[in-house]
Amino acid sequence: MSDTHAETVSYVRETMLPEQEPPVTETGVIGWMRENLFSGWLNTILTLLSIGFVYYVLSGLLPWVFQSVWNAESLDECRQIMKATWGETHGHACWAVIKDRWLQLLYGFYPPYPFAPDATVDAPPPEAMLPAYFRPNLTFVLLFIALAPVLFDRAPRKLLIVTAIYPFLMPWLMWGGSLWFPLGIAAGFVILYLVISMGQVRLGSLLAVIAGVIAALLWWSVIMGYVTAGLDQVVPISLPSVESRQFGGFMLALLLGVVAIGLSLPIGVLLALGRQSDLFIVKSLCVGFIELIRGVPLITLLFVASVLLNYFMPPGTNFDIIMRVMIMVTVFASAYIAEVVRGGLAALPKGQYEGADSLGLDYWQAQRLIIMPQALKISIPGIVSTFIGVFKDTTLVSIIGLLDPIGLSQGIRANQEWNGIYWELFAFIALLFFIFCFSMSRYSMWLERKLQTGHN
Amino acid sequence: MTTDTDPPKESFRLSMLIYDTRYRSTTIQVVALMAFMLAAAWLINNTMQNLAALGKPVEFGFFSEPSSYDINQHILEYDSRDSHLRASFIGLLNTLIVAVLGCATATIVGVLVGVLRLSKNWLVAKIMAVYVEMFRNVPVLLWIVLAMAILIESLPRPSAFRGDNPDATLKLFDSVAFTNRGFYIPEPLFSRSLGDIHLFGQSSLRMDVSLDLLAFVLVLGLSIFAARKVTARADAIQNATGERPTTWYINLGIIVLPTLGLLIAMGFHVGNPELTGFNFQGGIHMRNSLIALWLSLSLYTAAFVAEIVRAGILAVSHGQTEAAAALGLRPNRVMNLVVLPQALRVIVPPLISQYLNLTKNSSLAIAVGYMDITGTLGGITMNQTGRELECVLLLMLVYLTISLVISSIMNWYNNRVKLVER
Repeated sequence: MSDTHAETVSYVRETMLPEQEPPVTETGVIGWMRENLFSGWLNTILTLLSIGFVYYVLSGLLPWVFQSVWNAESLDECRQIMKATWGETHGHACWAVIKDRWLQLLYGFYPPYPFAPDATVDAPPPEAMLPAYFRPNLTFVLLFIALAPVLFDRAPRKLLIVTAIYPFLMPWLMWGGSLWFPLGIAAGFVILYLVISMGQVRLGSLLAVIAGVIAALLWWSVIMGYVTAGLDQVVPISLPSVESRQFGGFMLALLLGVVAIGLSLPIGVLLALGRQSDLFIVKSLCVGFIELIRGVPLITLLFVASVLLNYFMPPGTNFDIIMRVMIMVTVFASAYIAEVVRGGLAALPKGQYEGADSLGLDYWQAQRLIIMPQALKISIPGIVSTFIGVFKDTTLVSIIGLLDPIGLSQGIRANQEWNGIYWELFAFIALLFFIFCFSMSRYSMWLERKLQTGHN
Repeated sequence: MTTDTDPPKESFRLSMLIYDTRYRSTTIQVVALMAFMLAAAWLINNTMQNLAALGKPVEFGFFSEPSSYDINQHILEYDSRDSHLRASFIGLLNTLIVAVLGCATATIVGVLVGVLRLSKNWLVAKIMAVYVEMFRNVPVLLWIVLAMAILIESLPRPSAFRGDNPDATLKLFDSVAFTNRGFYIPEPLFSRSLGDIHLFGQSSLRMDVSLDLLAFVLVLGLSIFAARKVTARADAIQNATGERPTTWYINLGIIVLPTLGLLIAMGFHVGNPELTGFNFQGGIHMRNSLIALWLSLSLYTAAFVAEIVRAGILAVSHGQTEAAAALGLRPNRVMNLVVLPQALRVIVPPLISQYLNLTKNSSLAIAVGYMDITGTLGGITMNQTGRELECVLLLMLVYLTISLVISSIMNWYNNRVKLVER
């Protein structure tokens, strides 16, 4: 067969042909579309349906967003302008409500110039040196400066000083009052640190910690009041106070979110360690606490904050609603963080614990140097999604009457001028939350990729 | 020869409680327990003092007093002369209704979105990604309030359905009315009804269970049981001979015919809502609050379910699919026999914890006025009686019970699939 073949064929190519370009239909835009959009009849139908859907949504959404009214005093006026311009009131946004109320949605009833309580943004006091809402804005900017060295390891390390000061500076900037009070609180932590580091040698670590805690508690509960009052008499440095009921808007959501997130991580780690510990009583207390908190909705805990927490305190104490809400949101968040961290601890191979033991590290050294860095790394996605959840859940405070954006939106909608408006308001609020939550989730994905040391 | 291996007898010193690892853990635990009990005693003592000062001793007698408020969406009969306990019970049922409806819808939508997000079709995958990010990154309370606002502001009033040339008409063959007071949907009626049975006498838990429904469920259950027997027999035949008898029409007949017969025997027909006067009569009235809550909770949770489903499917390694294909299995059998059983093990635990979240989030009903357990026990009952401590603690207890029941189901499932693992 091959013989005859060889005789009949007059020409046999001896060299390879150069590689041909792939056909036009397989490369470039067309190839991509054929592969990703029109690879079969089912896919083609899906694509056509999707294109129709996207067109339908955009054809309604884009004119609504961009052919809109920005300057009006009320919804009625908005509608009149729409009628005059486009001949219909349907399908056009009335962003005038945002223009009218955006300051309120951002800051609630926080006074723009706290030293002149009656001044407004439109009528600033004559001697106004600082721009309106200087204090919350400064607090917000400082937040990012304080967070930078924690979030990004390329940020200058010196910024960690800001991070250390921020927890004490933030309440003073927001609530005002005497500077000596936050300094006194900070001094308590300094005392704690000093007693522990000095007592470490003489007393041993456990006794030193107990002594430090007792000393700090003594300072806070007994001594601090006299010292700060005295200092206040001698050198009065203070900011005009702002009452908690004036807090509101997106500022309140951020405040609650930041406090709950910042405090819940250390508490959650401790709870997780307690739950993993061999000490039966400590373990049962932690398990009971975590399961109790995780088993009930946040709204019941907020009810506790709004109606019960004052009952739990000694008769006569009456501390402020935002503080109470902060406590309960923190408690709520730390139970969830504890479970996430516990997952990270459980995922570590047993060899890591044994390795730490064989190096002769004690419990806290092992946790700090070997276990926690790895466990926390594993649990980053869970921790961040808990944070996002907590931040979103701060909106629940509107149910117990705090004026977060949703609480304010109810007031605006009940208002005579803007009665009947809803899309514009909720779109604005949703956008604010979306920006923060989406950036948090992107950050966690970035961090996960950066800390990835395995090879898969 | 004897060797004395006992260490020299050491006398007990107090400092050993801290420095000796044999005693240290006990010391820490005793200290922790004492601290906890002191803190608890302090809190309870404070509470007792505060309550005594207010003249409100802790007692639950108020539960038997008449509630004197109305609950607009109730599945069992209820009026304002009923007790607070009855109101709370109705509220609990409302919580369970919205939770069950929400979980079912969230699962269906979530699985669909999760699978479509893995689609090879770029456009479809992107649309689903937008859906997921949009719902996950915006608070659920905002979705609930927005849904409520849309329902109230954009749907026609019942009066718009009136007249010869009405502005609005009933949808779906004149059977469903979407109004700004809620949705009116057809109700099942039986002209030869079997009646009700009354359970629990006159107590607060009393309920009328429709015998029609009971009979329907019973017959359906028996038919499904019989159909599974047929399938099992087909499996046995297939194992013995290699030939699988066709069973789908037998199964269909077994399931459909008896239930159909029962429905005809009971005189089943559908009662459509009808406009009489200012409002609709007949049919089932689903309030706006229920619809808004149900819709937004399920769409919100569906975004999370979608991510769980996607992660579960991606967790099954590609080698499994290829190996199954190499064995000669058809694509749908690969899905059913190889991918899904492995993916489900990853999917189900977080899915159930999403159900738990949805149930807890249903407490946001109070924002739109849906009377669930938070709205009744934690809302009006608490405000009317002023018994904050009792109401909030009971409310937490109820949710805790629901959570523990759901998580014990999850543990049971986890243990069951663990046995399969090698």
